[in-house]
Amino acid sequence: MDVLAFLVIVAVIVAIATVLSAPLRNRKVDARDARGDRLDELEARKQAKYGEIRDAEMDFKTGKLSQADHTLLDRQLRAEAMEILRAIDREG
Amino acid sequence: MQPARKRKIRLVVALSAAVLLAIALVYTSINASSESVSPSQLATAKAGVSYQLTGKVQDGSVHATSDGVNFRVRDRNGTASVPVTYTGTVPDPFKVGREVIVTVRKEGSTFVGERDSLVTKCPSKFTEDATQNQKS
Amino acid sequence: MAIVGRALLILALVVAVYGIFASIFGARRNRPDWVVSGRRAVYTVAALATAAFAILEVAFLTSDFSYATVASHSSTTTPLFYRAAAAWSSQEGSLMLWLWLLSMWSSLVLFLTRKQLRIVAPYATAVLLGFAAFFGSLLVFFNTPFGVLSQPPAEGVGLNPLLRHPSMMIHPPMLYSGYTLFAVPFAFAIGALITRQVGAADWIRSTRRFALGAWFFLGIGILLGARWSYTELGWGGYWAWDPVENASLLPWLTGTAFIHSIMIQEKRGMLKIWNVSLVLATGILAILGTFLVRSGILDSIHAFGGSTLGVPFVTLIAVMIAGSIGLVVWRREALRSENRLDSLLSREAVFLANNLVLVAMAFVVFWGTFWPLIAEALTGDRRSLAAPWFDRYTVPLALVLVLLSGIGPVIAWRKATASNARRNFLAPAALAIVLGLGLAAAGVASRPLALIMFVVGAFVIVSVGQEFWRGIAVRRALTGEWPPAALVSLVARNRRRYGGYLVHVGMALLFIGVAASTAFNDRHEVSLSAGQSAKVGDYSFKYLRATSSISKSKDGSLEKITLGSVMSVSRGRKVVATLRPTRGYYPTDDPTLGPVSRYFDGNATSEVGLKAGLRRDLWAAMTPDLDALQPQIDRGDQVFGATAGKLTPMVEAQLLGVALRGLAAGYLKNPPPATFLLITSPLVTWIWLGAIVVFLGGLIAMWPGDRDAVRRRVKARYAARVAQDLGRVPRGAQTVAATGSVAPDAGS
Repeated sequence: MDVLAFLVIVAVIVAIATVLSAPLRNRKVDARDARGDRLDELEARKQAKYGEIRDAEMDFKTGKLSQADHTLLDRQLRAEAMEILRAIDREG
Repeated sequence: MQPARKRKIRLVVALSAAVLLAIALVYTSINASSESVSPSQLATAKAGVSYQLTGKVQDGSVHATSDGVNFRVRDRNGTASVPVTYTGTVPDPFKVGREVIVTVRKEGSTFVGERDSLVTKCPSKFTEDATQNQKS
Repeated sequence: MAIVGRALLILALVVAVYGIFASIFGARRNRPDWVVSGRRAVYTVAALATAAFAILEVAFLTSDFSYATVASHSSTTTPLFYRAAAAWSSQEGSLMLWLWLLSMWSSLVLFLTRKQLRIVAPYATAVLLGFAAFFGSLLVFFNTPFGVLSQPPAEGVGLNPLLRHPSMMIHPPMLYSGYTLFAVPFAFAIGALITRQVGAADWIRSTRRFALGAWFFLGIGILLGARWSYTELGWGGYWAWDPVENASLLPWLTGTAFIHSIMIQEKRGMLKIWNVSLVLATGILAILGTFLVRSGILDSIHAFGGSTLGVPFVTLIAVMIAGSIGLVVWRREALRSENRLDSLLSREAVFLANNLVLVAMAFVVFWGTFWPLIAEALTGDRRSLAAPWFDRYTVPLALVLVLLSGIGPVIAWRKATASNARRNFLAPAALAIVLGLGLAAAGVASRPLALIMFVVGAFVIVSVGQEFWRGIAVRRALTGEWPPAALVSLVARNRRRYGGYLVHVGMALLFIGVAASTAFNDRHEVSLSAGQSAKVGDYSFKYLRATSSISKSKDGSLEKITLGSVMSVSRGRKVVATLRPTRGYYPTDDPTLGPVSRYFDGNATSEVGLKAGLRRDLWAAMTPDLDALQPQIDRGDQVFGATAGKLTPMVEAQLLGVALRGLAAGYLKNPPPATFLLITSPLVTWIWLGAIVVFLGGLIAMWPGDRDAVRRRVKARYAARVAQDLGRVPRGAQTVAATGSVAPDAGS
């Protein structure tokens, strides 16, 4: 039993070492650059802004905003969204 | 600079509300809390003041009454003990030797427990002797 | 196997420590290979913890008493279901559960974000592994679950009968899932602070669902605890402001504040300092909760004294607090707000108010919980606060909170139109006030706070209902669906919004239940003989007859003796319920007690008789008068004491069985009076129903699904571009956009 336990433990250690060192031995990991991160961030901002536009529309349709207020807000939000799209194009 | 002033006012209002809450908390907690004591500290108890008594139920001291229980509480590590007359719900785990918390008031030579204030500590799963266990 | 389990834990600790260094090294030197290796360390820890936990569970299920923890927390007479749960009823087992859940949740979040958050994730990995290393070292150095006994006993001590309740199986895993899930946003917030990414939207997006999950699980855990207290502890309440209860409520309160205010940051880039402080505080409170349960520093109904873990935990908490404050101050320039609040009449403003109330509530609970320590430090006297003190503050705060939960959904983001808002409030406010007047006329005005809660709760339900109604109308105008289908598609398309609204309805129901059951319950404690009855409120409880039974476990040994009663409850002449409260006596191995007393002086637990109803719960617990049985018990002790050693164990066990059956039969024939606690309490069921609605709403808000929609949209966009480049729109372009597949003739 003790020998068996010992063998099991050794096997586990070998497995761990293999798993942890694999990325170091084989350096073909997905090397993303800083640009990719900025794009991710801009994408997240874009989604958040689109969410805001949809929310504003929902708020309008469910009677929380007057037509005038909604038009104003929508225009402003869309301008902000376009700003983000421009930034994405600059990166892309 | 209208918006800036407005913001400042809002901040002041919020802060003063927080300060008021804090003062109220301190004030009421001093007044509403009862002193936690062990039986030996009750030797100097004043009549009419309520104390939160903690200790263990003394062996052979428990007598059920029609609407509660009479027992003695002793120091956790010691022999000093005081008699308690308690009316109200007796909790499930109440037993000789268990730790209890009960709010009491001195009346004559005995201590009268406040109704439904008796708490028996569930024997912990996390105590060292590990012979008994309790929920988290 | 114990040695293997122990080795697995040591390896988990080593891997965790390695992973911390690999992640930080990878991040600082910009070496993605090291970062990947660090992330794999998290998966590895999860695998090791899973294996170790499995070994422990197998030991419990097979009652392997060579494990010290199995011998002291389980027994062969413990039912199988509870043997599995007994694993985490011990200190070491619960730490093991903590480590396992932490490693699983950490793996999940890091796996989901493996392609994103390149900057923040390595530090978050290091923080998560830091927690894993902390709990790993507790398990390795202080409190191992794999301690073995050189001489295993034939029988274990058994699981405390009070814990033999179905919710024990899920209550601790839910609580711990909540605690450990809060570690995820905490870790990412630390990472974001270190890398100056606090303002970034993507780490919030990626961890928001985890914060929601933590809130969800912790909430379920708290609620199951309340339910256990109501049905198992024999006092008839569900919440007592006990320090251990408060400890779990604290992170839940700040977590609730966080999942609201983080939306403002996500949308507007505001409140960064506030949000990051909230999420850090929540993480710290979660660890504090774990610690309080073990420390014994506060007097609680749960006497968790005498633990050796005080010093490591206090150290960890001190490091977390100092580190958090230091980081926030150090990175304050990255925490500037990008925008200002547009209007006080906006959802942002309502969220802000809700945040202030929640934080004030958390502060009150914190203060009350720790007052004994504060008072001792200030005056030298240890003083403590009782439930009325907590109620004085939390009740008004809860009223405001519920009111806000009805206002928020009706007000637009950014800046609502004032006239619209007025119009939207008209119907809910009018209906709530009419209801209030009606209730006042019916006599509810005697309890003004409860009355206000009913009015406010009704306001919330109507105002949120109105929101759903309007949303359905919008969908119907768009698609012409029939109302139920419109409701489903409305919710499916706006999960966060309508899931959240549903949570508000559930909370309103829950608070109505709390208000009604605290203000209008009747309780009566009385001693009754068979045939007698007692009046509680409008109901009459009659003790019909006594019951008794002896339960054996599978191997024939005695599990417990149950003495109980059958009661009929009637209102007027009509019998409305039959209750069967019982009290179970579990044997103890205490050798100082006589062989028969041993069966009565061990642990005892009440099974309450409960008839739950939508309108009213009828609740009864009983305590038989054992004094009347005492002479018989004493006689049994004498007889068996005299024959000790003269009989074979077999024969002795048989004779004992006969004696106990005799006792039980005697109790039936001639039952002594028993003490009953009888309660009638209105709307308690609303609490549990409200909670179910809350969790349903939470589930909807958390449910993943955006991913598929995004993929479909992207595919449809490419399809549209192909069509555009080809100069014509394919047949059935609508279906192309909807299914995302290119029509077969598109290229011909």
